[in-house]
Amino acid sequence: MYKIVEAAFLAQDIKKFVIEAPKIAVKRKAGQFVIVRIDERGERIPLTIADSDTGKGTITIIVQGVGKTTKQLNSLESGDAILDVVGPLGMASHIGNFGTTVSIGGGVGTAIAYPTAVALKEAGNYVITINGARSRDLVILEDEMKACSDEAYITTDDGSYGFHGFVTQKLQELIDEGKKLDFVLAIGPIPMMKAVAEVTRPYGIKTVVSLNPIMIDGTGMCGGCRVTVDNETKFACVDGPEFDAHLVDFKNLMDRNRMYQEYEKKALEKFEHECNITKQAIELEKSN
Amino acid sequence: MAEMLSPKERMKIQRQPMPEQPPLERCHNFEEVNYGFTKELAITEAQRCLQCKTPTCIDGCPVNIKIDEFIQLIVDEDFLGAAKKIKEDNALPAICGRVCPQEEQCEAKCIVGKKNEPVAIGRLERFVADIEMAEGVPPAPVTAAKKGKKVAIVGSGPAGLSCAGDLIYMGYDVTVFEALHELGGVLVYGIPEFRLPKEIVRKEIANLEKLGVKFERDAVIGRTTTIDELMQEDGFEAVFVGVGAGLPWFMNIPGENLVGVYSANEWLTRVNLMKAYKFPEFDSPVLDCRGKNVAVIGGGNTAMDAVRTALRLGAENAYIVYRRSEKEMPARIEEVHHAKDEGVQFMILTNPIEMIGDDDGRLTGMKCIKMELGEPDDSGRRRPVAIEGSEFVLDVDIAVVAIGNGSNPLIQQTTPEIDVNRRGNIVVDGNSMRTTKRGVFAGGDIVTGGATVILAMGAGRNAAKAIDEYLTENSDWPEIH
Ligand SMILES: Cc1cc2nc3c(=O)[nH]c(=O)nc-3n(C[C@H](O)[C@H](O)[C@H](O)COP(=O)(O)OP(=O)(O)OC[C@H]3O[C@@H](n4cnc5c(N)ncnc54)[C@H](O)[C@@H]3O)c2cc1C
Ligand SMILES: Cc1cc2nc3c(=O)[nH]c(=O)nc-3n(C[C@H](O)[C@H](O)[C@H](O)COP(=O)(O)OP(=O)(O)OC[C@H]3O[C@@H](n4cnc5c(N)ncnc54)[C@H](O)[C@@H]3O)c2cc1C
Ligand code: SF4
Ligand code: SF4
Ligand code: FES
Repeated sequence: MYKIVEAAFLAQDIKKFVIEAPKIAVKRKAGQFVIVRIDERGERIPLTIADSDTGKGTITIIVQGVGKTTKQLNSLESGDAILDVVGPLGMASHIGNFGTTVSIGGGVGTAIAYPTAVALKEAGNYVITINGARSRDLVILEDEMKACSDEAYITTDDGSYGFHGFVTQKLQELIDEGKKLDFVLAIGPIPMMKAVAEVTRPYGIKTVVSLNPIMIDGTGMCGGCRVTVDNETKFACVDGPEFDAHLVDFKNLMDRNRMYQEYEKKALEKFEHECNITKQAIELEKSN
Repeated sequence: MAEMLSPKERMKIQRQPMPEQPPLERCHNFEEVNYGFTKELAITEAQRCLQCKTPTCIDGCPVNIKIDEFIQLIVDEDFLGAAKKIKEDNALPAICGRVCPQEEQCEAKCIVGKKNEPVAIGRLERFVADIEMAEGVPPAPVTAAKKGKKVAIVGSGPAGLSCAGDLIYMGYDVTVFEALHELGGVLVYGIPEFRLPKEIVRKEIANLEKLGVKFERDAVIGRTTTIDELMQEDGFEAVFVGVGAGLPWFMNIPGENLVGVYSANEWLTRVNLMKAYKFPEFDSPVLDCRGKNVAVIGGGNTAMDAVRTALRLGAENAYIVYRRSEKEMPARIEEVHHAKDEGVQFMILTNPIEMIGDDDGRLTGMKCIKMELGEPDDSGRRRPVAIEGSEFVLDVDIAVVAIGNGSNPLIQQTTPEIDVNRRGNIVVDGNSMRTTKRGVFAGGDIVTGGATVILAMGAGRNAAKAIDEYLTENSDWPEIH
C-alpha cells in the first residue's frame, strides 16, 4: 500500500497527490511515469511523476478526472492509500543544452511538461513555457512554470486569462517574431500535439511529444501501448513515452485510444451511480 | 490396499479417461476443464504401471521424478506419501501435472506406450498433488540452520519460485522481486483459469511465504532498483534472474496496429490477470467477443489458450490460423483436442499477410495466403511456402497474434555486464547457471527462450544448488564461453 500524504484540487477535476514511494522518489527522472492500481478490482493506469522529494520519500502526481479510474482516484484524500504504485517507468526525457527550448503543456499535459521544463532549465537552456487551458479556472501550475522559465506564457481558449487563443498560435507568434527555437516539447491532448508538430515542421525545429496510449503492465510485456512512429511499431512504455513529433502517426494513436470508449462510459456510469447511492445512504443516515 | 496384478493383467487395463466438463458447457465458462481422477480411477490407472526394473519414463522427465516409486505408493493407497516422493524432485506437482507436455516427456518414454497407451503419469501426479493440497498438508518445516546470507530472486514465475523454495530450505534469507502486482509469472497472467486455477498457484506461493520467503511486488528490476543496487546497497550476495520471455513478437505486416489486433500477452493478461471477463465488476475491459469473429495466429499453447479464451468470451467464430500443418503445431495434443471439441475452427497452412481496417482504424478483415510445405528448415520442420495467387480475406473483428515472445531487454540494458546472445537470451554456463556477472545466476525462459514450466522449474532448482555452492564452498567465477 502506498500512502497519500497530501491531496488537493488545483483546478476543477485536476487534483495533486503526494504519495509515499521512497524507492521511486530517489530513482525517478523527468519524463518518467508510474502505473497505479487503486484497489483489487482496479485497472492499471499510467500517470507522470510531476515531482519528487527524496528527503521525504514522496512523489507527486497530478490527475485529471476523465473517467472511472481517474475520478475514483480524485475522490481519495490525504491518509488514504493506493494499492499499487510501480515505477519509475519509461525512458527519461532526453535532456541536453539545446539553446532555446519551448515546453508546451495543454490542460493536464502541463503537469507532464513541468518536470521536463525544470530539467531543461537545469541543463542551461533558455526556457520558454506555454501553458494552455480552456479558461482561467483551469490553468494549473502557473507559479511553478514561471519559476523555471525565462519566459512564461499562458493561453486560454476563451481569452479569460493571458493570451487569447491556442498554444499553437502563441508558438507561431514566437516563430514569427524571429526567435530562433532549437527544441520544442509538447504535451497535451492528441489534436494539440499534432497541431504543434505541424507548426514546427516547416521550420525543421526538433519537436518531441509525450504519447499517452493505453497501457497495462508498463514494462514491455503486453504490447498494448504500441504506437506507430516512422512507420515502425514502438512500445511507448519502454521506448517512450517521448517520440519525435514529426514522425508520429497521430491518427493511429487517436484510433487506438478510442478502443474502449463504450466500455469506459459504462464503467463511469456505474461508478457515478454507486457514488450517488452511497451519498444518498449517508444523507439518509444523517436525516434519521 | 489394491490387489497385486500380474503384468499381463496390468497390460489389459485400458488408460483411464480424464473426467472433464462437457465441451459445449465449458466453452461458456472459465472453470477448469479437467476434473481430475477419482481415487478409483487413480488406483486403476496406477495399476497399469509395470514397475519396470529400469523405468525409462524417468529419463523422459526433465527433473527425473521417481515415477515408478510414486505410482507404487498410489497402488498402496499412500497418496500423501506419493506426493512427498514427487516433491523430492518437483516443487510444483499440482501445476506440472496439469500443464506439462507429458505426451512428449515422461509418457513418451513409458514402456506400456509401445503396445498400448502409456501410463497417465501426469494425471496421477496431479491427482496426488491435489489430495495433498485439499488436505492442507503444511510444507515441511525448514530445519537447516540460518546461513545469514541474502539472495535475491528476480521474477516470480516457476523458475523464481522453485529457486526460492530450495534456497529457503537451505537456510538462506530469500526475497523475490516481481514487476507485476500478482505473483506467479505466466502461471497467473498467461495460462488461463480453465487450464490452471489460480487458486493452486496462490496456495503454492502462500506456502513459500509461510516458510519465510519474502515477496516484493511492484518491483521492476532495472527500473525501481537495479541488480547492482541489490548487490552493492541492499546486501544481496547472489541474485537469480528468472524474468521469463515476456516481449511479444508481431508479424510486421501492414495494419498490425489497428484497433482489434492484440498480442496474446495483452489478450491473456487482460482476461487472466486483470479479470476483464468480469468487466465492469473489474475495471479493465477487453473487446466484447459476442457475435464476433476472432482469429488467433499461431499454433502453440499460447495460441490455444488465446482462442479458447475467445470462445469463452462468446466469439461466434474462433479460428486458429497457422502457417504449417497440424502435425507441426507446438501445442500440447490435449489442448488441440480440447480446442476442437469446444468448436475452434482450424485454418492450417494459412498465413496472414495484411490486416484490413475501416476509416476508424478498426480491424475488419485479415488478408491471408495459402501455404504448402516445402523442404525442412533449421528447426527440422518443413518450411511453409506461399502458394501464389491463393490470397483471400477472412472476415474478422479481433485478431490475436500468438507467434511467440522474445526476451525483455530491461535487465540487460541496466546491467550490461550480463551477456546476452543474438536473440537477447542471457548466456549462462550450462551446469552452474552462472551468468557473466559475478554472483548473478539465471534460468528459465530468459535463458532458453519460451519453453516449459517444468524446464523453468528445473532450472530454478539447479540454480539454487549452484548458488549454495557459490556462497558456501567455491566462489570462483570462471569465464563463460
Ligand atoms: C505515459 C502516460 C502518462 C500519463 N500521465 C498522466 C498524468 O500525469 N495525469 C493525468 O491526468 N493523466 C495522465 N495520463 C493519462 C491517464 O493515464 C488516463 O487519463 C487514464 O488512464 C484514464 O483512465 P480513466 O479510467 O479515468 O478513464 P477512461 O474513461 O477509462 O479513459 C479515458 C481515456 O484515457 C485513455 N485510457 C484509458 N485507459 C488507459 C490506460 N490503462 N492507460 C492509458 N490510457 C488510458 C483512453 O484514451 C481513454 O479514452 C498519462 C498517460 C500515459 C500513457
Ligand atoms: C499462454 C501460455 C501458455 C503456456 N502453456 C504452457 C503449458 O501448457 N505447459 C508448459 O509447460 N508451458 C507452458 N507455457 C510456457 C511456460 O509458462 C513458461 O515456459 C514458464 O512460465 C517460464 O517460467 P519462467 O519462470 O522462466 O518465467 P515466467 O513465468 O515468464 O515468469 C517471469 C516473471 O518475471 C517477472 N519479471 C519480468 N521482468 C522483470 C523485472 N525486470 N523485474 C522483476 N520481475 C520481472 C514477470 O512479470 C514474470 O512474473 C505457456 C506459456 C504461455 C505464455
Ligand atoms: S514433471 Fe512433467 S515430465 Fe516429469 S513426471 Fe511430471 S508430468 Fe511427467
Ligand atoms: S515406464 Fe511406464 S510402466 Fe515402466 S515404470 Fe515407468 S510408468 Fe511404469
Ligand atoms: S504497457 Fe504493456 S508493453 Fe507497454
